[in-house]
Amino acid sequence: MLHLILFLFFGAICVAGAVNLLVQSHPINSALSLIVVMASLAAEYLLLGAEFVAAVQVIVYAGAIMVLFLITIMLLNAGKEEHTKGSRVATLIGVPGVAIGAVLVAWTLVGRLSTTHSVSIGALWGAPNDIARLLFRDFLLPFEVTSVLILIAIMGAVVLASRPEAIARRHHSTAPPQESRELVATGKDH
Amino acid sequence: MVPLSYYLVLSGILFVCGVLGFLIKRNIITIFMSIELMLNGVNLSFVAFAAQWHDLRGQVFVFFVMVVAAAEAAVGLAIIIAVYRTRETLNVDQVNLLKL
Repeated sequence: MLHLILFLFFGAICVAGAVNLLVQSHPINSALSLIVVMASLAAEYLLLGAEFVAAVQVIVYAGAIMVLFLITIMLLNAGKEEHTKGSRVATLIGVPGVAIGAVLVAWTLVGRLSTTHSVSIGALWGAPNDIARLLFRDFLLPFEVTSVLILIAIMGAVVLASRPEAIARRHHSTAPPQESRELVATGKDH
Repeated sequence: MVPLSYYLVLSGILFVCGVLGFLIKRNIITIFMSIELMLNGVNLSFVAFAAQWHDLRGQVFVFFVMVVAAAEAAVGLAIIIAVYRTRETLNVDQVNLLKL
């Protein structure tokens, strides 16, 4: 019973945050409500007994990724979004279509009610050492491949976010280090 | 006990909210956040199925999804910064030319 109450409580917070993300017109409000969604999802993971996933959810998603989003919003000084003709068309066509799809999925799911396999509160079976054993033994190759993916993503982000003219100048100039420092300084207040 | 289908319905609601945000929103950063919302909804159903069958592989897959989401966020936000530098706008309706 308590399990169900906690599930409904955090689920309601989760859905409220997701709806708030859609309703708000300023991106920073959307980002903050997305943080609420992720934090309450971590609570849902705890209810399912996945303690390590819940911790990683808070650290990686609500921590690292959302800080990246907030920094980008503040860096670009994003204002309120203005609606255009195209957005109205997208709303008119998109909302009924998505609603029909959602009802179909919910109908299929609720039709076959099955209970979860007895996860009681406090039974945290997703312990870090079990997950580590699985991750570093059975899933070692995918794990290493994701590290390569992260490396490529870092390099891609650095290349994409740097100024193209700065890269071009760095390639073509054989200037002494004094001048290149000056280039960086002038590039900043551009 | 909470039925598995409740968790799946919650994850479906989150996914649908993400799809709706992707369609309705015009700000490129908010569209990107909607994608993150969709990924979160899918993660919840992964963890719910892992709890259903007491199989930790579902949770391990959630980590891979998180890694891909983090990589995607880094590259995507860098692309958004590059787009903003060249077009001076974040509205996707005004970003309709491949070449300036």
